[in-house]
Amino acid sequence: MKSKAPLLFIITAIASLITAISFGIIATLQYVQFDFLKPFLTFNKVRPMHVTGALSWVLLSAIGGIYYYLQKDGLLKKQLLVSYHFIIFLLTGIGIYTCYALGIFGGKEYLEFPPILIIPILIGWFLFAYNVIGSLLNGFTKRPVYFWMWCTGSVFMIYHLSEAYIWLTPYFKDKFLANTALQWKAGGSFVGSWNMLVYGTATYVMAKLSPTSGVGTDKKSFFFYFLGLSNLMFGWAHHVYLIPIAPWIRYFAYLVSMTEWILLISIIYSWKKSLNFNTTIENKVVIKFLSSTDKWVLINLFVALLISIPAINYYTHGTHVTVAHSMGTTIGINTTILLASIAYIVQKENPNFNFKLVLKGLTFFNIALILFLITLLVAGASRSQWMYALEPSAFAAMQYKLKTVYLIMAILGSLLTTTILVMVLPLFKGLMKALRG
Amino acid sequence: MSKKFLILIVLICFFGVYNYLVYTQSQPPTKPLLSTNALQGQKLWQDNNCNSCHQFYGLGGYLGPDITNVYSLKGGDFINAMLNSGISTMPLFHFSDLEKQNIITFLKEVDSTGFYPDKKSIIHKNGWVEISEK
Repeated sequence: MKSKAPLLFIITAIASLITAISFGIIATLQYVQFDFLKPFLTFNKVRPMHVTGALSWVLLSAIGGIYYYLQKDGLLKKQLLVSYHFIIFLLTGIGIYTCYALGIFGGKEYLEFPPILIIPILIGWFLFAYNVIGSLLNGFTKRPVYFWMWCTGSVFMIYHLSEAYIWLTPYFKDKFLANTALQWKAGGSFVGSWNMLVYGTATYVMAKLSPTSGVGTDKKSFFFYFLGLSNLMFGWAHHVYLIPIAPWIRYFAYLVSMTEWILLISIIYSWKKSLNFNTTIENKVVIKFLSSTDKWVLINLFVALLISIPAINYYTHGTHVTVAHSMGTTIGINTTILLASIAYIVQKENPNFNFKLVLKGLTFFNIALILFLITLLVAGASRSQWMYALEPSAFAAMQYKLKTVYLIMAILGSLLTTTILVMVLPLFKGLMKALRG
Repeated sequence: MSKKFLILIVLICFFGVYNYLVYTQSQPPTKPLLSTNALQGQKLWQDNNCNSCHQFYGLGGYLGPDITNVYSLKGGDFINAMLNSGISTMPLFHFSDLEKQNIITFLKEVDSTGFYPDKKSIIHKNGWVEISEK
C-alpha cells in the first residue's frame, strides 16, 4: 500500500507558506508602524517566524514532491521511513515556533532557534538522503539528471546544515570574521542545495510532460547540472565581498558567480521548444507555472548578475535590493516551480480538477510580485543613497522618510498574499481530497 | 567508471581542498580574536536575536541600523544608554550591568575588525572593490 506521507509533506508545506506570508505582512506593518503588536510579537520574533515558514514551504514541498514521484515511479524502497521523516520534521517545526513565540533563540541568522534543534533536523535529512539515494543507487550512473540533482542536493543539504554550526567548535568560536564568512558560506550553499532539489523537480516534471525532449538525459542537462553543482560548492562568497576576510576567497567567488543562473533558463528554453501541442493543452496549468518561472529566471538572472559584480554589490549590499533578489528567487522562481509540481500532483490524483481559479490567481500573482519587487528596489536604492551619497543623518530620519515606500510595500504585500491564497487554497483542497481518497 | 561519475568525484575532491583552505584562511592572521567577555556578549546577541533588526557588515535585518562601527562612532556610553532605555522599535531587554558591559565589549571588538559602510574603498575598473584595512 502506498504511503500518504508525501501528500502530508506537501499539505504542511502549503500551511507553512500561509504562515510565512502572514508573518511577512506583520513584519512589513512593523516597518510602517514601529510599535505594531510590539507587546506581543516583537520584530525579533516575527522575522524568524516569517523566514522559517518560507524555508519550510520550499523544503517540505520539494521533499514531498520527490517522495511522491519516486513512489509513483515504483522506485521508493522504504515507505515507512517517509512517515518517520514527516513526524520528525513536524514535531521539530512545532518546537521551533514554540521557541520563537517564547523568545527563546540562540542560533544565527535564518537558524535562530536553539542549536540543539538542528539534531532532529539533521536526522530527518539523513532519513531523506538514505531513502532517496538507496532507492536510486542501482544503475545510478545511467539515471536521468533529476535523480542526480536530488541525491547530491540531499547530501549537500546535510553537509551545509552541519557547516552552519561550525561556530560552536573551539577552533572557530572566537574568530568573528571567519564565523561570519562561514555562516554565509553555509547559508549560500544551503540555498544551492535546495535549488538542486527544486530544479530537479522542475526538470522531472518537464521530462514527464515532454518525454521525447531529451530534458534530463541529454549531455546539455548534465553540463548544466555540473555547472550548478560548482556554483553550489564555490559560488557563495558574493555575500561577503565587503567583509575583510582573505581576498582570494572573494576573487574566486567573483569568477564563479558570473556563471550562475544560466543553467535553468537554458534547460527551460530548450524544453519549451520541444513541447508538442497535445501535451501543452492537457497540462495547461503546469505549463503556465513553468512559463512564469522562465520569466522570473530572466528577471532574477539580471539582478543576480548585477549584484554579483563587486562594484555594484558595494552599493546594493545591506539594502532591500538584496531582499528583492532573495524574494524574487524564492517567490518568483522556487514557488512557481513548486506550484507547478503540486498542480501536476493534484492533476494526477484528481484528473477532473478545475484549475480555473488557480490560473486566474497566477496572472495577478505575477503582476503583484513585480510591483512588490520594484518597491523593494526603490527602498534599497534610497537606503544606499543615504549610506553613500547624502550628508550623514540619523538612521531613524532615513527610516521615517521611507515610510510611504514601506506603506506601499505593505499594501502590495497584502495583494501578493491574496493572489497566493487564490492559487494555493484550491490546490490545498485538491490535496486534502487525495489524502482522504 | 562512467565519465559523469568521474567528474563528480573530481569536483568533490576540489571542494574538499577548497573547504580546507576556506576554514583555515578566512580569518586573516592580523585580525583580532574575540575575548571571553566579548564571547559572552555575542551569546547575549544571539540569545535575543539582535541580528533580526541589526546588521554587521551589512548582513542581518534592516529594521535597525548596521552597528559594525557603532562603538567607534558613538561610544560605549551611548550603547549603554540605548540598552537601558530601549526605543520605539527596540524592546527593553532588562540586561544586568555585567551583561551590558559584555555586549559593549563584543561591539567594541567587532568594531576593531574593519569598516562598514567602508567609504574609503577603492573601486577598480574590472569591477573589483578593494576594501580598506583597519
